[in-house]
Amino acid sequence: MNGLSEILLLLVVLADFAVLGSARLSTCIRTLAVQGLLLGLLPVTLTPGLSAHTAVLATGTVLVKAILLPWLLTWAIREAAVRREVEPLVGFIASLLLGSLAVALAFAIAVRLPLPLPASQQELLVPVSLATVMIGFIVLTTRRKALTQVVGYLVLENGIYLFGLTQTESVPYLLEIGVLLDVFVGVFTMGIVVFHINREFDSLDSARLTELTD
Amino acid sequence: MRLIALWALPALAAALNFAVPRRAARAGRWRVASLVLVAALHLGLVATIWVRPPGPALDDWLAADALGLVVLTLTSVLFFVTSLYTVEFLKRGRRGAARVFVTGLLAFLAAATIVALSHHLALLWVGIEATTLALAPLIFHRHDRRSLEAVWKYLLISSVGIALALLGTFFLATAQHDVGGRPLIVADLVARAGQLHPAWLRAGFLFMLIGFGTKMGLAPMHTWKPDTYGEAPSPVSGLMAGALTSCAFLGVARVTEVAMAAGLDAFVQPVLLGFGMLSLVVAAVFIIGQTDLKRLLAYSSVEHMGLLVLGLGFGGVGAYGSVLHMLNNGLTKGWLFLIAGNVVLATGTSSAAASRGLVRTLPVSGPLLVVGLFAVTGSPPFGLFLSEFTILRAAIAAGHPWTAAAMLLLLAVIFVGMAALILGMALGEAAPGATPIQESRWLVAGPIALAVAVLMLGLYIPAPLRDVLARAATALGGSAP
Amino acid sequence: MTWTALAALGILLAGAPALPGIAIKTKAFLSGRRGAPVLQLYYDLVKLLRKGSIYSNTTTWVFRAGPVVALASLLAAALLLPLDGQAAPVHFEGDLLAFAGLLALGRFALVLAGLDTGSSFEGMGASREVTFASFAEPGLFLCLIALVLATSEVTLSGMLGGSLGAAWSRAAPALVLVGISLFVLLLAENSRVPVDDPATHLELTMIHEVIVLDHSGPDLALILFGSAVKLALFGALVVGVFVPRAGLNGALAIAVLLAGIALVAVLVGVVESVMARLRLTRVPQLLAGASALALLAVILLLR
Repeated sequence: MNGLSEILLLLVVLADFAVLGSARLSTCIRTLAVQGLLLGLLPVTLTPGLSAHTAVLATGTVLVKAILLPWLLTWAIREAAVRREVEPLVGFIASLLLGSLAVALAFAIAVRLPLPLPASQQELLVPVSLATVMIGFIVLTTRRKALTQVVGYLVLENGIYLFGLTQTESVPYLLEIGVLLDVFVGVFTMGIVVFHINREFDSLDSARLTELTD
Repeated sequence: MRLIALWALPALAAALNFAVPRRAARAGRWRVASLVLVAALHLGLVATIWVRPPGPALDDWLAADALGLVVLTLTSVLFFVTSLYTVEFLKRGRRGAARVFVTGLLAFLAAATIVALSHHLALLWVGIEATTLALAPLIFHRHDRRSLEAVWKYLLISSVGIALALLGTFFLATAQHDVGGRPLIVADLVARAGQLHPAWLRAGFLFMLIGFGTKMGLAPMHTWKPDTYGEAPSPVSGLMAGALTSCAFLGVARVTEVAMAAGLDAFVQPVLLGFGMLSLVVAAVFIIGQTDLKRLLAYSSVEHMGLLVLGLGFGGVGAYGSVLHMLNNGLTKGWLFLIAGNVVLATGTSSAAASRGLVRTLPVSGPLLVVGLFAVTGSPPFGLFLSEFTILRAAIAAGHPWTAAAMLLLLAVIFVGMAALILGMALGEAAPGATPIQESRWLVAGPIALAVAVLMLGLYIPAPLRDVLARAATALGGSAP
Repeated sequence: MTWTALAALGILLAGAPALPGIAIKTKAFLSGRRGAPVLQLYYDLVKLLRKGSIYSNTTTWVFRAGPVVALASLLAAALLLPLDGQAAPVHFEGDLLAFAGLLALGRFALVLAGLDTGSSFEGMGASREVTFASFAEPGLFLCLIALVLATSEVTLSGMLGGSLGAAWSRAAPALVLVGISLFVLLLAENSRVPVDDPATHLELTMIHEVIVLDHSGPDLALILFGSAVKLALFGALVVGVFVPRAGLNGALAIAVLLAGIALVAVLVGVVESVMARLRLTRVPQLLAGASALALLAVILLLR
């Protein structure tokens, strides 16, 4: 199980890079769906033995992160007729480099923050979660299209969820449900707002949202 | 039982309001009536808590401790006043807008109550998240371009802040791992603070400060505030500036309580002081030359959040000052935003260029605006003077005289900036042909009541309140003066 | 030991021209055609060797030397790879740098030969080729560094030889990343889709093809053979990373290698059929992505 979890976590990081490097919004969303699937499989592979709690958590995660949210975002794309992301504020290559830096930083920090957990737990979980949070933040802040910013936010949430997996035994239920609910309702609200933005401004370029300024 | 009723009642009312369709005949009047009724019941329940404190509920997840009680009272009072204001406010707005408005307000009350009463840090987080979502449709009330931009920025920045706060909560849970006690219950965290894993506790504190600080509107996470307060309907802005910031401050205070109990003062204090001073500087810079009344009040809110965090960081009497300041600031902001609402209703805009001589055209709101200026900038005899003075005392007692001097300087700059705008609006020659408006009772009763309350708090703090404030200060690691 | 290595080298060189044929056959199969025979490149080489070369008046000795230097450097690089899974005919500490350098020398010679013609088409292709190379080189070095970290060996023979099996049991995910990155670099260095389309003849879209546009006869034969050998070398590198062959005896190791390289050629054909060529501005991003994968592998191995 250890090896399988390691591979899954690595695939999560690869998905992060895929989101960082792709210009087509549909690719970003599909990658997000794949990442959601991976996140759903992780609780099963991390804890030995399948408990009811883990099964519920896994199915719930897959349903929300891999099916529902990507479907919602795809609907938003169709409504807004957005296809491609324009060159982000930092540039794709620089984003990839920043992402690599973020991964390195995450590993460096994780060494300083040892998990007070038994050794059987994954040591990759903390650095991968921190890296995903940072990469989500990079996507959120450097992209221009509103929908890509939402994708970045979802990647950030995925990172937080990953970290929450270290606590499944000690603080069950509330944390996971909180994250899932948060993501769901947040994106639902953002989806509606994005829809309205497109109608008002005729585009989803958030660089156009500059009327309110000091 | 009362603790559960306090949030279940507004939640139920919100659900009912949402369920009734928009076009139902004469629903508008019933909606507003339900709003005022729930607000009154809520206030009544809070009053009974003062008289006869209830025990904790739901296995210590909900409890009314001193700090939470102050926040809860503030929220309840502000909400009641706002509900009275809403009676007239909704009559003048879009038809059919009442459903979402009232639902959102009631949902906000439920969520804020949960935050105030929560002693489980994850539940507190859920409450703050719920307030974010409840307020979003309210900010978007006008359905125009500017409010759309405002609500988008608000959602994006708030969501990121909330996410970071959640991560901080997870870090705290990790710090508590293997230490024993119920996970994430404040009392258990404080009791075993010395055994908590220090690195995780520091990381958790930092992330929760940034996360909840975003909801408070501390610099540099404050960028959503001017847009949101400027574009949201004034009663909503008042609730946000008064109640929401206090709830978010509660989150910061709880994690600071744990960190201080664990002996991390040397780490916590510089961080809090840094954020506080930055907020003061940012507020001062952006208040000078401000041209819009509501945005001005938003930056004033940033300033006061900075003061709150500074008081927390200084320790000693500063904690007492912070809690008192939170109360005073909440009431004053509610007062000022409702007045701003009256200005907008009368002139159509909150821009300073559009109004002059408000003292004459709005015979009640105009003078209240001027008096409010003095109150919010900390002039005696109003309550804010007392709390700001206490915080300055704490600064000097903690050995930061230069910081205190800088604070005074920035407060003076802020006073000048705010006075320039508000006095410009209130005094001077009104536009030719402008006649004094007969102001509706519903619209001015609230602000007058709040003004009286703030004045009273500046002159005399009743003993029960003083006792609760002292207990809150002690819990935060400080002391009462 | 040494004779298996030399035999492997000989077999590889002899079989290299079949690889482009395998890729083309795969493409044809996937599009429902019959396609050219697998051994087509052999016939082409024989045909070209029998022809004469035509040299333009504007060219100098650089133009004539280009193909020769390119092939020579490739053969020298081939000597450094442990094709039999044990040891290469030539190995010394740091030979991985020499390997990368020799490949770069080959490319450099061809680019110079192209520039020597003085034609703008070659110049355009040359600038593109060198730009993409400057993005691919860091990736290659990062892959090699990752291999060094994984196996604690500083020779190619060591890295792809005995220590690789132990490295796989310790750090499999990192090695998978290195393998994927090397495959993408293979596509880039050998001018395959999605970096460059070997079948295109539109001047504005050619990169590698246009550099060698002016060569003819035996020179062209040398160049075509050289590209086949380069494909074989990179294929051997990829197979070497994925399949540790230290435990197998000589003949079996060579057989596995050839099968693996053939599989790589099939994979290249599949990729060519499935993907379209990337826009030129997206190629550096692809290569940066491959470099990022290699960097990720390095980070994983460093902790």
